[in-house]
Amino acid sequence: MRIPLSWLREYAQVPAGATAEDVMAQLVKVGLEEEAVHRPLDELKGPIVVGQVLSAEKEPQSNGKTINWCQVRVVPEGSGQTLTGEGIDPSGVQGIVCGAHNFEPGDKVVVTLPGAVLPGDFRITPRKTYGHLSAGMIASVRELGIGEDHDGILVLSTLGLDPEIGSDALEVLSLHDEAAEINVTPDRSYCFSIRGVAREYAHATGTEFTDPAAGVTVAAADGPGYPVRLEDQAPIYGKPGCDRFVARTVRGVDPSRPTPPWMASRLRLAGIRSISLVVDISNYVMLELGQPLHFYDLDRLAGDIVVRRANQGETLETLDGKVRKLDPEDLLITDDSGAIGIAGVMGGAATEVSDSTVNVLIEAAHFEEVGIARSRRRHKLPSEASKRFERGVDWQVADEAAQRAVDLLTELAGGTADATATDAGQEPAAVVIDLPAHYAAERIGMEFTEDQIVSSLQDLGAGVEKYDGGYRVTVPSWRQDLVIKEDLTEEIARLVGYDKIPATLPVAPPGRGLTRIQQQRRRVLQSLADAGLTEVLSYPFATKADNDTFGSPDGTGRSALKLANPLSDEHGYLRTSVLPGLLETARRNHSRGFRDLALYEAGLVFLPGERLGSASIPPLGALPDEEVLDGLYDGIPDQPLHIAAVFMGLDSPAGAGHTPRPWDWADALDTARLVGDVLGVELVIEQGLHQAFHPGRTARISLRSGETVGYSGELHPKLLAARDLPARTVALELNAELLFAAAPDVIVAKHISTFPLATQDVALVVDQETPASVVLETLREGAGELLEDIALFDVYSGTGIEAGKKSLAFGLRFRANDRTLTADEASEARAAAVALAAERFGAVQR
Amino acid sequence: MSETTVGTESPQVAAVPHPLDEAAIAAAVERAMEAMAAAADLEELKAVRIAHTGEKSPLSLANREIGKLDKADKAAAGKLVGPARGRLNKALAARTEELEAARDAQILVEEAVDVTAAPRRRRAGARHPLSVLQDRVSDIFVGMGWEIAEGPEVESEWFNFDALNFKPDHPAREMQDTFFVEPPEAHLLMRTHTSPVQVRSMLERDLPVYVLCPGKVFRTDELDATHTPVFHQFEGLAIDKGLSMADLRGTLEHFARQMFGAEASIRLRPNFFPFTEPSAELDIWHPGAKGGPQWIEWGGCGMVHPNVLRAAGIDPEVYSGFAFGMGIERTLMFRNEVGDMHDMIEGDVRFSEHFGMEI
Repeated sequence: MRIPLSWLREYAQVPAGATAEDVMAQLVKVGLEEEAVHRPLDELKGPIVVGQVLSAEKEPQSNGKTINWCQVRVVPEGSGQTLTGEGIDPSGVQGIVCGAHNFEPGDKVVVTLPGAVLPGDFRITPRKTYGHLSAGMIASVRELGIGEDHDGILVLSTLGLDPEIGSDALEVLSLHDEAAEINVTPDRSYCFSIRGVAREYAHATGTEFTDPAAGVTVAAADGPGYPVRLEDQAPIYGKPGCDRFVARTVRGVDPSRPTPPWMASRLRLAGIRSISLVVDISNYVMLELGQPLHFYDLDRLAGDIVVRRANQGETLETLDGKVRKLDPEDLLITDDSGAIGIAGVMGGAATEVSDSTVNVLIEAAHFEEVGIARSRRRHKLPSEASKRFERGVDWQVADEAAQRAVDLLTELAGGTADATATDAGQEPAAVVIDLPAHYAAERIGMEFTEDQIVSSLQDLGAGVEKYDGGYRVTVPSWRQDLVIKEDLTEEIARLVGYDKIPATLPVAPPGRGLTRIQQQRRRVLQSLADAGLTEVLSYPFATKADNDTFGSPDGTGRSALKLANPLSDEHGYLRTSVLPGLLETARRNHSRGFRDLALYEAGLVFLPGERLGSASIPPLGALPDEEVLDGLYDGIPDQPLHIAAVFMGLDSPAGAGHTPRPWDWADALDTARLVGDVLGVELVIEQGLHQAFHPGRTARISLRSGETVGYSGELHPKLLAARDLPARTVALELNAELLFAAAPDVIVAKHISTFPLATQDVALVVDQETPASVVLETLREGAGELLEDIALFDVYSGTGIEAGKKSLAFGLRFRANDRTLTADEASEARAAAVALAAERFGAVQR
Repeated sequence: MSETTVGTESPQVAAVPHPLDEAAIAAAVERAMEAMAAAADLEELKAVRIAHTGEKSPLSLANREIGKLDKADKAAAGKLVGPARGRLNKALAARTEELEAARDAQILVEEAVDVTAAPRRRRAGARHPLSVLQDRVSDIFVGMGWEIAEGPEVESEWFNFDALNFKPDHPAREMQDTFFVEPPEAHLLMRTHTSPVQVRSMLERDLPVYVLCPGKVFRTDELDATHTPVFHQFEGLAIDKGLSMADLRGTLEHFARQMFGAEASIRLRPNFFPFTEPSAELDIWHPGAKGGPQWIEWGGCGMVHPNVLRAAGIDPEVYSGFAFGMGIERTLMFRNEVGDMHDMIEGDVRFSEHFGMEI
């Protein structure tokens, strides 16, 4: 909402020198937000004066144009020019070249003299053009920044003006004004009016407020006016769509009358384009009082006005020229011809006022909020009227607003009002709230005197009556937002001042600290960073193809959630894997010149189950019953935390005496192992297959229970090529939730033997296909309990090893808990291990 | 060995003094001392040792001569030759130690490297600053006895809107703000704030409740310098008997000081949210703000609306509560002077790595 200061001053005590910034600073205190300042004179600087064209010689030019070489008087005849400066003619008559033709000698116009500055930093200087020295410009409304019309220059008589020659044109056009733009929260609809903001200004400053509605005298009606019937056949939430319809008739309006500059200026500052005097009056009254009005061309109406819901299949051509299919929920204004407007949203083309309208029917109605919001949304028709109606308009102000329009149409447009008036509808019961005496103090945490409570509420316009133990508050008709005692509490605190609220620190009961899972997650994320990886975050939006590729090992069995309104249709799904987003981030970094990367991300993936959501949503303000609540919980899709990492390029920067190593599949696997180690979860590594990964360089990672928790390895060469990623890029992805759950609650301590260690190595030749991990486990099993540890330290195939075979070298560490082992005991254990491997895989000792 | 042999053949050394010739013995000692002093390193000293204290050295030979002397002379010669040899050995040990120390020092000098040319063999990793900030905020509240509550990112419309007192026709439910999940009849959406976690906390926990809910939220804004469709919030919720707006202010003030130092102060301005009444906008005084000290809009807060309590089965006549919420991106932007949202979102490694593990 933009507030022209001159307008605000009519109803609030704004100090003479106050700027828009000063006004906003006051309004912020009572909860309105500052948005912007609109000050035409920031861009428009004089000398800009009223001039009279003395002569205009038409001079055809070689380029086909005809220009006017004009002599323009810019000081009253007989007076001398008091301005000085380059291009200012001391005679008071300026020679000006003008390309427009919509004026004649004798017309009074706006002259921007040399030295003036127009919007867009357009500086006026004397300049040679078309063989003359043109010392100034005769301005159009567009050049002055006060309108769009650029067909000709502004002839002041068309605005009904005949100012003195030489007077300040900015004053004449009411441009010495400025507007404060504030943001109005949805609960404070009354602030979409000068009336409401002036009241708030008075609250903020503790000064007097003059109600513009009180300044309007509604003439006593001499009988019923235009017949109106309210016949809502399908109210929403039981509330009638229209509960008041005031109609007044004004005849004999002169359509040729211009909008006076003061009104045009205020509308413009308020952000509303001037269209015609009649239309401008309806907007002006709406801005002043907050009541949207609709004007009909009385001569185009046929029969009674009926307010009702639309019929199936009904249509209406709205005044923007579009034919709209109406919904049975749309509330309509109709006459005998059918629909003539969507109530409170937009009028119909057939009955709108035009530049030939002389008889006007004024509608000042009160519509129910939800219905307006739905119609506005349905037809995508946000308008100044719908904005106010859907947030709530003062029921009481309708007849005053209609009267104000009648007055302006009479005074400015030369119309005559009918003595009759229509006022259909039923006044809703006033809202009465009981406020216990100490409630506000308890809720705010500070004491309020009775006077603070009563005067705050009365300043709002509320009626306050004391009862035993509290205050009975009758809410003013323009404050639909005040419904419960908490609302009144806010108002009291707001008017007394939020800055008066003290600070006390409540003590929470002893807490449990971070939960186990929160600690696990932190440790894992920190350890990955400690291991040299860089954490990044990416969006959870995915393509269908990404989900198909990464969401499951073989592309089957997993569906994804689809967004109804994605930002891009391509990324229209929610991710089932963190990797695609991470790879995109890696690609972006790579394209920015970072070739060596180790990135990780932790984020939720979205896995729809069989149940998806809940068909019905329980109402607000009440605890749903258990079954309904369970249904809500059950309908939420599974969203486990996944951790993914990707590595490309080299493992470290090259340096003096240091040759970096390319990341490879084992680094990815090692990172998975690190996560397992950090959590104390034993991971089982097996040869794996996943369509996103290299078929021979992928590990399936699972828990001892057999449950798969992820994959790691080299990404598939084709996938890398298609994504413009370097070859040999490796990655991993783990379901962190499964890992967290698998972590042991208690780790039982192991006996530490201090007896000496006996080491033995063994090299076994096995088939190429036999996984090393399986041989290792077999040796462990065969060696028995004397084996403390075993590690694979070499894999060899080639010279000396039969084709199709490989040699695996293991280091075995033996130790007993109760004695020093003899060499024979260790060798015996080793032999047993080798024997089991020989039995299982035909392993031969090398 | 050959060098030492050369040394023993030196004519001055070879002259064997008579064991009773005091002057000759003194001269032999003197010569040995000179040779020791002249030895530049341990190798040379070794030659000196062999030449002057070895079996064939003049004093050893002189010592051997003692046996051939008369009994009376034996004692006198012993008193002459023994101490001379003792002095020599002591001096030799001292000189050895000296030269060893010089050699050790020389090795250290030779092993010197240019430490400024050291390679970086291990990558330095980094946390995302948004994660670090989120942890830091959480820790402040955990320190106050609060707990950290979390919830799903795809949420039921009821938790995200209805339970929070958003009326069915509230503009926030419109498509231009909220990502809805298909099909519409499932009433699922991407949570638009972390407030549904507050509702879950009230439903699932015993009273009183003091929880902080950090997490990702989603709005249908295109990414630009100040907007992103995916961002992070933290919201706090306290439900207890007799909580007031003064408690809210005290909590926020405490938090602001933990976060921004003892000088930090906050300001509350009236505002509107469906889920709180009274409601306030929270500003923080930022003395170090780019462009000079100023109030910065930080978040929203207020006393929990009775309808929100009712939705969780809590009697608003018995319990009251307050809630607040701030954006983590926004906090990072003004706290650490991040100029462009793109930097936080695009995953450019330079952004995270600049911060490292800290913010």
